[in-house]
Amino acid sequence: MIAPQIFIVLVFFFWPAGQALVQSFQQSDPFGSSVEWSGLDNFRALWQDESYLASFKTTAIFSVSVALSGISISLLLAFFADRVVRGKYIYRTLLILPYAVAPVVAGIIWLFLFAPSIGLLPNLLVNLGIQWNILLNSNHAMILIVIASVWKQISYNFLFFLAGLQNIPKSLIEAAAIDGASVVRRFWAIQLPLLSPTTFFLLVANTVYAFFDTFGVVDATTKGGPGKDTAILIYKVYFDGFKAMDLGGSAAQSIVLMFIVISLTIIQFRYIESRVNY
Amino acid sequence: MVEQNKILDYLSHFVLCLGVAVVAFPIYLALVASTHSAQEMSQSPVPLWFGSKMFENYYSILTGEGSGFNSRLLISRMLWVSLVMAVGVATGKIVISIMSAFAVVYFRFPFRKLVFWGIFLTLMLPVEVRIVPTYKVIADLGLVNTYTGLIVPLTASATATFLFRQFFLTLPDELTEAAKMDGASPWRFLWHILLPLSRTSIAALFVIQFIYGWNQYLWPLLISTDEQMYPIVMGIHNLSTGGDTQITWNLVMACAILAMLPPALVVVGMQKWFVKGLVDSEK
Repeated sequence: MIAPQIFIVLVFFFWPAGQALVQSFQQSDPFGSSVEWSGLDNFRALWQDESYLASFKTTAIFSVSVALSGISISLLLAFFADRVVRGKYIYRTLLILPYAVAPVVAGIIWLFLFAPSIGLLPNLLVNLGIQWNILLNSNHAMILIVIASVWKQISYNFLFFLAGLQNIPKSLIEAAAIDGASVVRRFWAIQLPLLSPTTFFLLVANTVYAFFDTFGVVDATTKGGPGKDTAILIYKVYFDGFKAMDLGGSAAQSIVLMFIVISLTIIQFRYIESRVNY
Repeated sequence: MVEQNKILDYLSHFVLCLGVAVVAFPIYLALVASTHSAQEMSQSPVPLWFGSKMFENYYSILTGEGSGFNSRLLISRMLWVSLVMAVGVATGKIVISIMSAFAVVYFRFPFRKLVFWGIFLTLMLPVEVRIVPTYKVIADLGLVNTYTGLIVPLTASATATFLFRQFFLTLPDELTEAAKMDGASPWRFLWHILLPLSRTSIAALFVIQFIYGWNQYLWPLLISTDEQMYPIVMGIHNLSTGGDTQITWNLVMACAILAMLPPALVVVGMQKWFVKGLVDSEK
């Protein structure tokens, strides 16, 4: 019964993960004809590789901006969506549409909106005196991938916040209202604290999303450019492994990424079970 | 509602409309762009209202006539590959996970804990992390450019197993005992009792996994080197970056609309299950 699952997990998970671990300690040439053991050299090289450290920084900036802006925008929308009665389903349907859009497609659509000469937004920004060009200005490129990624993730966050808000007992809100707490006060003192498990979960989920699922967005829009200014870690794994054919280095990067994900997940489980529980 | 507050109601609707406008606007603009001719789309203020070339654009990308794209890159073929992949991933995941959840919950066998944690580990690591080594495995097995190579590695994840495990654990033991008393074999129990009970979970999961499979990009990028095996999401990207010629935005956007149509229909049409599946499978 369990055999198929075990088989797939073993072949497509433990085997590759094991190989990655082995490969990360090896040095091989691009044709795979000679393989040498190199111990921790690959990791040491990563540590000294400035482009890798820069990619770390890029990823940090990117994921923090994606997670924070994604969460706050969706919380705002969910808060108001929880209040309205009329048109609830229309709002919800329209807001969850981006979930269906693939990251690459999201990237392409936003690339179109921001295209240097014909795009709609650059033409508006010119009036404000801003020359928008994602191919030259790395800040602009970064803003583009953040917007595209956040846009796609809003639906997800929104649904979770809405479900969380609807789980809060109405009696609590009513009691606070009778005590004379204003809407704003009720939000800060009751709804936001009670949402903290959801918020925390989304924080981790969004970070993981920004780390991995945004590959399509980056590949469709900036390709890590200009220069290497938007090359997030997952893009670098792909690029180094398949374009630059540095298999050992790429495997070492994979290992580092695995550690990041595992620690994120452990933090998540720890917190969900202990701290943020009401 | 706790109190009547007209201003706040208006504010709510205002904020929501604004949100919807921002969220839906890019999709709207893509739709508009797909109805214009290439020439109209290359002029500076892009049109904001629908044009007259909708039929021609969709016809030319679906049949490959007069599009200027490589004629082998057929959108209809890509849509088919995507469909097979999405349905394959969704079905594969559900079948495998029901079976192993069934085994973990209802049978005592050696290393049960170990197996469980082995599956649990995969839950943590998305395919993207172990992309290079997994690719090597597929290449060694000679599965490049096959549906098997595209689908099977993506089913190696544990989210669904967990969902079914949690669900099976909530079922009362009396149910199992009654079935045993009546002489039902394990298979019969699974087929006639567990499956009908988990219908809603299966539907919910199917929606989520269908979208997941449909939207895969990085994995097909490595596995599909033959144009005949491109899923739509990947083909679209090739169209938008093909060569030095100017991007024909109207056709690219038409492809984008076609690529997002099936998952969008699934999300909207099965909204109830979609929301349930999303919220359940992540907790």
